[in-house]
Amino acid sequence: MEKAIKKYWPVFVLPTLAAFLIGFIWPFIWGIGLSFCKFTTVKNVEFVGLSNYLNVWKDATFLHAFGFTTVFTIVSTVLINVLAFLLAMLLTRHMRGTNVFRTVFFMPNLIGGVVLGYIWQILLNGVLSLLEKPLLSLNATYGFWGIVILMCWQQIGYMMIIYIAGLQNVPPDLIEAARIDGASNSQILFKIKIPMVMPSITICTFLTLTNSFKLYDQNLSLTNGEPAKATQMLALNITDTFYARSGAQWKGIGQAKAVVFFLAVIALALVQLRFTRSKEVQA
Amino acid sequence: MENSAKTKRVNAVLSVLLGVLCVAWLYPVALILFNSFKTERAITTTRVFELPTAQTFVGLQNYIYGVTSMDFLRSFWYSLFISVSSVFLILLCCSMTAWYITRVKGALSSVMYYLCVFSMVVPFQMVMFTLAKTADTLQLNNPYNICIIYLGFGAGLAVFMFTGFMKSMPLEIEEAAMIDGCNPLQIFFKVVCPILKPTMISTAILETMWVWNDYLLPTLVLDIKKFRTIPMAIQYFRGSYGKVEMAPMMACIMITVLPVIIMYLFCQKYIIEGVVAGAVKG
Repeated sequence: MEKAIKKYWPVFVLPTLAAFLIGFIWPFIWGIGLSFCKFTTVKNVEFVGLSNYLNVWKDATFLHAFGFTTVFTIVSTVLINVLAFLLAMLLTRHMRGTNVFRTVFFMPNLIGGVVLGYIWQILLNGVLSLLEKPLLSLNATYGFWGIVILMCWQQIGYMMIIYIAGLQNVPPDLIEAARIDGASNSQILFKIKIPMVMPSITICTFLTLTNSFKLYDQNLSLTNGEPAKATQMLALNITDTFYARSGAQWKGIGQAKAVVFFLAVIALALVQLRFTRSKEVQA
Repeated sequence: MENSAKTKRVNAVLSVLLGVLCVAWLYPVALILFNSFKTERAITTTRVFELPTAQTFVGLQNYIYGVTSMDFLRSFWYSLFISVSSVFLILLCCSMTAWYITRVKGALSSVMYYLCVFSMVVPFQMVMFTLAKTADTLQLNNPYNICIIYLGFGAGLAVFMFTGFMKSMPLEIEEAAMIDGCNPLQIFFKVVCPILKPTMISTAILETMWVWNDYLLPTLVLDIKKFRTIPMAIQYFRGSYGKVEMAPMMACIMITVLPVIIMYLFCQKYIIEGVVAGAVKG
């Protein structure tokens, strides 16, 4: 049978492969190539070696964005996962209204990033002006927490769903046995439930880490990096370097930044997967 | 259980607390909803929390103005067409590729598989400039062809989800079909596709959520003066210079959000299953 299918590869694989070449592989390779060049359009490309990569580290806005994104990623990943896990614990207690709660908490996930940003901009600016504080676009601290709150609102529901599925797969007899042996509730949580849902924790931290690190839409619409690029995250900084800065050198530097960004995402993903995978157990 | 009465009481208290939290969770959307019925003057940052009153209520005026001034229906059509065509293409092509990858062992299969996994982690900024140029050269820069770009960039997740499911699919049914004289195409469409249905739905939902809400890819690939999807229209409306008209913008946000929420209420079972199925990746 394998041979028969193999003969049909132009039908089964070629369309996807062709689109994949156009939409991903070729732009990716070309992008790496362009990161070593100075260019404004694709027609006047001049090879400059590693100078783009050196200039990346001289750009203070990029370094700031790197730091800002890192802090944001850590804060939001921890908050989202802890809160989502707590909610999942509550929603697996067989209480009234569980389905309604689950539906409501998941809902923000369906709203797109740009729209989400504007909804929260309106709400947070309203709250800030009631408290007679500066608006979001004038204060970087409020901007930071604004994005954190927004991300929590959007992502908690999604992660909660995954945690609920994980918790429901913990065999009840395991918990029963522990209880008969005299384990307390917190012992059951830390010694049985958390190790048993480790695969869900791996997925959820992976998703929240990469989502937060690659965040663009929400950042653009909520603060657009204001004030003075203080709340600009990496993805926005790179797009900004490409399309909003004048000067012939910036596109090349932008592409080099994108390569650095890509390597950072890969490194982050690999480290995280290795770390949480090592904590997974078999039932 | 001796403590079941206590558990019941705790659950009742928790239910009430979570109910309050739910109301708070829905409040941001409700805020936009009632503001979209107010006059422009009543939506300053200090008055945004006031409910519409007899003086400030304007009915559907903001909706009518927003839809007409932004050419919103056209944006809606573009978004709808792009989402439907892209997701259809992704489901069809990626399920076929995934079947090939699972059933045929060889260099082509493993290269495709690892490339797909790899593409899921690569940030869009890495390819955005060159992708937009490629799309221009190949005339894929309009809403009717952009689905090919989406197939290329979205193939990773879809192939991954399909192969994940197919690994556990029994080979015997397909072999029986082959002995009965089916060619691989017939086997795929008559035998494999029906078995794949649940995964198809899950993948369709995840991909639709992505394509419908995507902002940066269509902004860079499409010509913003000619074609605007809904996220582009909202950003253009807000980001353009000059005075921002808050009331029509809120009306437009509501028109964008409501269909999605209504659809969610009807097929939330599938959406939630889709999320769980998608989480098995990684």
